[in-house]
Amino acid sequence: MTLQLINRGPNGVHIQPRRGRRHVLDLDDFSVEEVETVLETATRMKDVLQRPIKKVPTLRGKTLVTLFYEASTRTRVGFEVAAKALGADTVSVAAASSSVTKGESLIDTIRTLQALGADFVVMRHHQAGAPYVVAEEVASSVINAGDGWHAHPTQALLDLFTIRERLGRIGGLRVAIIGDILHSRVARSNLWGLTLMGADVVLCGPPTMLPAPSFCAAGLPWQLQRTYLLDEALDGADVVMVLRMQLERQTGGLFPSLREYVRTYALTEERLSKAKPGALVMHPGPMNEGVEIDPKVARGVQSAIEAQVTNGVAVRMALLYLLSGLPA
Amino acid sequence: MRLVGGRILDPATRRDDIGDLWIDGDVLAEPGGADTDETILDVSGFVVAPGFIDLHCHLREPGFEDKETIATGTSAAAAGGFTTVCALADTRPSIDTGSDVESVLTQARRAALVRVLPLGTTTKRREGHELSEMADMAAAGAIAFSDSAKAVRSASLMRHALEYSLLVERPIVSHAQDPDLVDGGVMHEGPVATVLGLRGIPREAEEIAVARDLALARLTGGRLHLAHLTTSGAVDLVRQAKASAIRVSAEVTPHHLALTDSAVAGDGNARAYDTNARTDPPLRTAADARALLEGLRDGTIDCVATDHSPQRWVDKACEFEQAEPGMTALETAFGLLMRLVHAGALSLGDLIAALTLRPAHAFGLPYGALRPGASADVVVFDPDQAWVVDPERFLSKGKNSPLGGQTLRGTVLLTIAAGKVVYRNGV
Amino acid sequence: MPVLGQKKLLGADDIRRAVARLAHEVVEHNHGVDELVLVGLQTRGVPLARRLQERIREFEGATVPVGELDIGLYRDDVHQRAPRALNPTSIPVDISNRTVILVDDVLYTGRTARAALDALIDLGRPRAIQLVCLIDRGHRELPIRPNYVGKNIPTSRHEKVAVRLEEVDDVDEVVLIQPPGDES
Repeated sequence: MTLQLINRGPNGVHIQPRRGRRHVLDLDDFSVEEVETVLETATRMKDVLQRPIKKVPTLRGKTLVTLFYEASTRTRVGFEVAAKALGADTVSVAAASSSVTKGESLIDTIRTLQALGADFVVMRHHQAGAPYVVAEEVASSVINAGDGWHAHPTQALLDLFTIRERLGRIGGLRVAIIGDILHSRVARSNLWGLTLMGADVVLCGPPTMLPAPSFCAAGLPWQLQRTYLLDEALDGADVVMVLRMQLERQTGGLFPSLREYVRTYALTEERLSKAKPGALVMHPGPMNEGVEIDPKVARGVQSAIEAQVTNGVAVRMALLYLLSGLPA
Repeated sequence: MRLVGGRILDPATRRDDIGDLWIDGDVLAEPGGADTDETILDVSGFVVAPGFIDLHCHLREPGFEDKETIATGTSAAAAGGFTTVCALADTRPSIDTGSDVESVLTQARRAALVRVLPLGTTTKRREGHELSEMADMAAAGAIAFSDSAKAVRSASLMRHALEYSLLVERPIVSHAQDPDLVDGGVMHEGPVATVLGLRGIPREAEEIAVARDLALARLTGGRLHLAHLTTSGAVDLVRQAKASAIRVSAEVTPHHLALTDSAVAGDGNARAYDTNARTDPPLRTAADARALLEGLRDGTIDCVATDHSPQRWVDKACEFEQAEPGMTALETAFGLLMRLVHAGALSLGDLIAALTLRPAHAFGLPYGALRPGASADVVVFDPDQAWVVDPERFLSKGKNSPLGGQTLRGTVLLTIAAGKVVYRNGV
Repeated sequence: MPVLGQKKLLGADDIRRAVARLAHEVVEHNHGVDELVLVGLQTRGVPLARRLQERIREFEGATVPVGELDIGLYRDDVHQRAPRALNPTSIPVDISNRTVILVDDVLYTGRTARAALDALIDLGRPRAIQLVCLIDRGHRELPIRPNYVGKNIPTSRHEKVAVRLEEVDDVDEVVLIQPPGDES
């Protein structure tokens, strides 16, 4: 048995796991190496998910608690499947059904969960920054499954994984993100991830839903382009990421009607033809089919939407594995 | 009592020289005019100035004694070098009548370490519908009126308030912010808010409200005092207004001069989404801070006021959007402002003026000067001594400061209020 | 660079002969190559397994399939150290009803082999599992016994045995690494 910790992969690439990370709150503090490690590890995890027995004993005896203040099937189940595939136990707390509604504060809830033995807390909350409050107070590892408009790091990682899996690379690709950017945590985390890995990002949406031009010119930490015109965004795009029109999060007055939004921004087959041939179509889900995306496009040959879901489990398994173990 | 050997710095009397200060009972005395068994304190190497005056302070009593009381708030004031604090009326009940004012003054006589001057509300219960009894309150001792932390939404009611205030010649203090543009915002609308995913409050929310209030002050001839300005646009508007003889005064907080919205993203020792950096109105950009400082230097902004806002731990240890805004400020105000002095952006003399002579002038108060016969309100400080901010050790009940762990250079050593030593730190 | 004593125990020729002998033993013991599959443990067990496959092809004329197995997810010390990089696990045939020849470079405490057994059992139901190791350095902590050994090298716990293979390390050799101050 070899005693070295730095392993050389079959083609000579050094893969060194990041040491000492306790939480995954956002992608803004990931290095390129760390993202590479996650993607490599997720590839291994995807192999496990393709075996007859989709389970390994790695996190046996560990407990993962999902604490969701916002409804979500895909992300929550994705984490539960990931945890179980690694042999961990899972407990799911839906905020509406717990003492949270009685006015128990966020910190009280978390302390209770920790006292009950949670090693990992996966939380989704409607307010930006909530996981940071929790991460400061608890000994468990905290994974942000979405906090308000701010971040959804696991989504961005699985998006990067999917892009590389289907197109072979990330750097140098042109990625168009379409929709309500300003209120989208998926957009923000993908901006961190894509710009870190060398992609060119163009944001497209109605003027009321894009960051102000002055912020984009100076002040934002990402290099990006912005346009109000869908055809301009799609021109030369290798990847088209469509965001859900967040009907439940609007405070009104940001666009006149669904009909106008659909006419201007919906990704139909005809508009998709303006992108590069073979361009990848992605959507973080859940989709409003017929609103931001045409059903035929969603199910079409260029769509990677289902792959995103499968890859989501593998990426989450990778993160749980990489967060386990003593910090170095 | 005699303070010997200090650098006496009093902008009101244009003094800046080494000398001795005589105190006889509760007033300042002529040199040599005191009795033989006086206390002599050697303050050589330190600066002696008039006790600071804070025009904007939340003492929380009556009604919110878990956040702060008159006793704890004035202890904190004394530790910060303040000998006069103006208490805002957003208590429970709010200060709407003469007897409300009297009860604050009675409690202050019992428990306060320094002078407390109460404000009354502009509108009853701060609801913005009916004027409060200004004459009754002024007679009882209210020095100004403010709905504190709430703008008066109706322009016509604000107009009437400014007009009516002419009866008692007291300023109407305005928290100038358009509530519709605030629209649930929790910090300054800028790149930082965009990256953090927090709803922002644009500068225009303040500029529109300031413009409105200035126009109404012009219309009525009433005295307007603008609380805690934060934007370069507001400074420009006030500068124009003063040039055309509108009766307006304005204040700025130490935190709006020295901090920016990047504090929310967690620069310094704090983590991201530091709720102690959530203030109302919000911290803005470096450009705004520079414009505010320029306004303070050229007199557009009259003075500094702390907006001391103690909050309970539980109201800050939560999600950013749930957190109560405000920071505990009395004990760090001087040290934070000294950052500007040490950086060469503000002279020590101008700083002292902004804390003494000029707030007194803005509200017409007979304090803030080291004249014989005046109330013996004195502060002694060392402008260079450094200290590390530890909120847990604050005398205020409010530990909500974003400066925890940071080093400030400028330490209050002795505070004397009406001739009595109310704070002592190493002298 | 730390000052460690290194003593070369086996050279390229020694390794070549050991591998040849092991290949013959495996075939002899199993009465041929039917239903065999060679599974190399990452990292250096994999090139060893491929060399065994080459040797067997030379003298038997038959190709035994070779797979690679990473036991990172089955280790018993996952929570005591920072997570290790994972290498691929890929076996081109179904291992059920086959005899799996596990190949590792150094057998020491036996924990790696134990983890490999668990991993294999999750992948299928082999008829039998046999263990080849190039070097057995003793100090077993679990009741694991190798079926085929290239060389027995008694060691002390302070020492390390490093197998270096051309495919990974650009050289074929086995060295004993002693901490400073030890007599070889």
